Amino acid sequence: MAEALQMKNIVKVYSNGVMANKDVTLCVNEGEIHALSGENGAGKSTLMKILFGEEQATSGEIYVNGKKVNITSPQMAIGLGIGMVHQHFMLVPSLSVTENMIMGVEPKKGIFIDRKYARQQVEEIGKKYNLYIDPDKKISELTVGQKQKVEILKALFRGAKILILDEPTAVLTPQETAELFEELKHLKESGYTIIFISHKLNEIKELCDRITIIRRGVTMGVHNVADVSEEDISRLMVGRDVVQKIVKDPAHPGESLLRVKDVKIVDETGTVYVDGVSFSLREGEILGIAGVEGNGQSQLIDAITGMGHISAGSISLRDKDISGASVRKIRSMHIAHIPEDRMTTGVAASLSITENVIADKLSWKRFVRGGVLRRKEMRAYGQEMVDAYQILCKSQDVEIGSLSGGNIQKGVVARELSSEPLVIVANQPTRGVDVGASEFIRHQLIRARDQRKGVLLITSDLNEVLGLADSLIVMYEGKIVAYIQDVASMTESELGTYMLGIQKQSAAQIKEALHED
Amino acid sequence: MKINSQKKINLLVDCVKMLMIVAIACALVSLIVFAVSDDPLNAIYNFFVGPFTTLRRVGNIVEAASPLMFTALAVVIIFGAGQFSMIAEGSFFIGTAGAMVVAITIGMPAGLHPIVAILFGGILGSIVALIPALLKMKWNVSELVVSLMLNYVVQFFVIYLVTYFFREMESSSLCSVLFQDTATLTTILEGTRIHTGVLLGVAACIVMWFLMYRTSFGTSLRITGDNALFAKYAGLKVSGIMVAAQAIAGFLAGIGGGAELLGMYTRFKWTATPGYGWTGIVVALLARRNPLMVPLSAAFIAYMNVGADIMARNSDVGREMVDIIQGVMMLLIAADALLQGWRQRMIIKAAKAEEEVSV
Repeated sequence: MAEALQMKNIVKVYSNGVMANKDVTLCVNEGEIHALSGENGAGKSTLMKILFGEEQATSGEIYVNGKKVNITSPQMAIGLGIGMVHQHFMLVPSLSVTENMIMGVEPKKGIFIDRKYARQQVEEIGKKYNLYIDPDKKISELTVGQKQKVEILKALFRGAKILILDEPTAVLTPQETAELFEELKHLKESGYTIIFISHKLNEIKELCDRITIIRRGVTMGVHNVADVSEEDISRLMVGRDVVQKIVKDPAHPGESLLRVKDVKIVDETGTVYVDGVSFSLREGEILGIAGVEGNGQSQLIDAITGMGHISAGSISLRDKDISGASVRKIRSMHIAHIPEDRMTTGVAASLSITENVIADKLSWKRFVRGGVLRRKEMRAYGQEMVDAYQILCKSQDVEIGSLSGGNIQKGVVARELSSEPLVIVANQPTRGVDVGASEFIRHQLIRARDQRKGVLLITSDLNEVLGLADSLIVMYEGKIVAYIQDVASMTESELGTYMLGIQKQSAAQIKEALHED
Repeated sequence: MKINSQKKINLLVDCVKMLMIVAIACALVSLIVFAVSDDPLNAIYNFFVGPFTTLRRVGNIVEAASPLMFTALAVVIIFGAGQFSMIAEGSFFIGTAGAMVVAITIGMPAGLHPIVAILFGGILGSIVALIPALLKMKWNVSELVVSLMLNYVVQFFVIYLVTYFFREMESSSLCSVLFQDTATLTTILEGTRIHTGVLLGVAACIVMWFLMYRTSFGTSLRITGDNALFAKYAGLKVSGIMVAAQAIAGFLAGIGGGAELLGMYTRFKWTATPGYGWTGIVVALLARRNPLMVPLSAAFIAYMNVGADIMARNSDVGREMVDIIQGVMMLLIAADALLQGWRQRMIIKAAKAEEEVSV
């Protein structure tokens, strides 16, 4: 089989001195689905950015179809037949599917865009590859899975022969994932080459032909997926044995800590995000909130943590009303919050690790006396956090923004869990975090639960919600559609039917979430 | 080890970059002078060497640096909190007016009089700076636009004050009556006009450095400036910090105005704002927003200004050239790409060397 792509001895040093790729070699055959796997910060994204022309390699060579190339821009990568499906979709929500697809490569008739021809083309390609989407629909009307299809179509429309998919299943339900895999297999049969970035081992096993594993910027080898077990892959990725299964003792929930009652959230334009949600988080339990993103979870969490407002209902902590209180007040009542997006909400990127982990503790006597910082104490604490939470860094004084995603997240978790919380609101705590760090963060959450704290876990990772949560509520269109008291009895596909709104529990069953006698 | 090597690289590149900017600025001066002057060597000599030929001229540099330190500090604090208020100019000018009022109308003992006058100027500066800050907090009005417009309001208000209430009738040009003798600041170096306001400026720089890097307020301020959403999420009083930063900045600019007036003049003579607020931005950027670097960068800009004045007096080249140079310097400072290639090569080398050590 011919080699579609070869990246040889790639080295990349970023301007902050981080050596993201030390020596990476990637060979992809024509017509295969090739998995690219590795922990966060291993250098996968960097490698793909180099391939797509978004970053320049410090040294190394790239061959496409046997020809040596120097890719300096995404336009050039597209010209070479390389297409990228980003994790965060690059689509214009107010434009139609057709308009998004032809953007920048519009078929022309004179000086006008040939809309008819464009529409026809879009329809044709969609049908041909089993990726049909109504060409006239607006992007904002599509589901996440459909948007992803548009992204793939966009790349195909631009003549891509090599498709890069960056963690495509992170945002999908199990049903949508299955559908995506069918489509990808179909594309493979049609002769396309696919690079599939993922650290979900079961997906790699199911879908891919070969796998390249990167650890700390160095290739750990190429394997036929059929020849290696999931355990082998994870050992190569992490460099040690990782227990994939989440191990925990059964929960012994006690009294109610956080009580959310009939909460309704409506914005100025009248859009209803949360519509009469009631539940109770008890001490010593991890309560999961499952649901496809955009079904009101973010607004609900914002309201609980003081970042947003509620329009009706009440939120209370141990019978003290906290609805509408300031973040400062809520934090002072020992509610910790691991935010959904660490870069926009979770850190001040250009400040040091130390300054970031004490950002919420500036009123502590230990660090501040008479308004003046106690630098020795602060730095010692920073060091303590770096050690306890295994943050990979040169010292606690470096800018937190210079660390890899997983290590930044550990810093965020360190700050929140060290704030002596009663309730921990963990919103996507392991999103985009590698296997090793995820395992570590999950353990910390279980430990907090075992110390009789209440953990509210919001995650779109189904394995995580099923493995980590003790009980579970499912949200769909701003409402709770299911309350599952014992998560162990739940399967992924059953959960999927609730998440997609296909199935709904009775009002009496849902009301049990409140634990009122 | 990596941190050390990287810090060193950054420091080295920054220093060389600043030296380069200075060198480019100087080269530019020479170039323009050669193009426009009939006697370029004389003009260049006056510009570069002129400021050091007499003690009085060296004094001029220090005197000119004094107001710049205050306005630059104000800019450092405001920008540090992530705000873009340009109020330093207005706060400085209202500060001069406040000091003038106290210096003319109230009788006080010599030691106390300038202190009260300058403090009053600072308070007025603070109040003026609060206007854009509060409007932003309350109604999310752009502090940039409000402060720019407010600067004009302040300017004409002060001129009105002088014209209608404090004007010296005997003089044909607009100026105030004489200050009381007790109000002026003492000169600290015989043969120059270097006054105690300079010491106040240096002290302010040290205090502000301490405030920003050694107190919890300063940490909150820097967190807010870096990522306001994160600051809110961490439970900091974000809008309070932003407003406080602008009030402090206004106070600094205001006492700067008071000190300048009472240190350098015996009556109020400005007919328009002197522009120290704008130059303060250049100084603040040149100091890389570090309060401890402010005195040095203020002195450098002052040196250029004094040089230009001397050149304008002794040759056929006008002093406006300095404004051109300042503009170019600002562009160069803002040009992050300058020397990045060199920095990148050094970082690669350091990263590789370290890799070998650790393997």
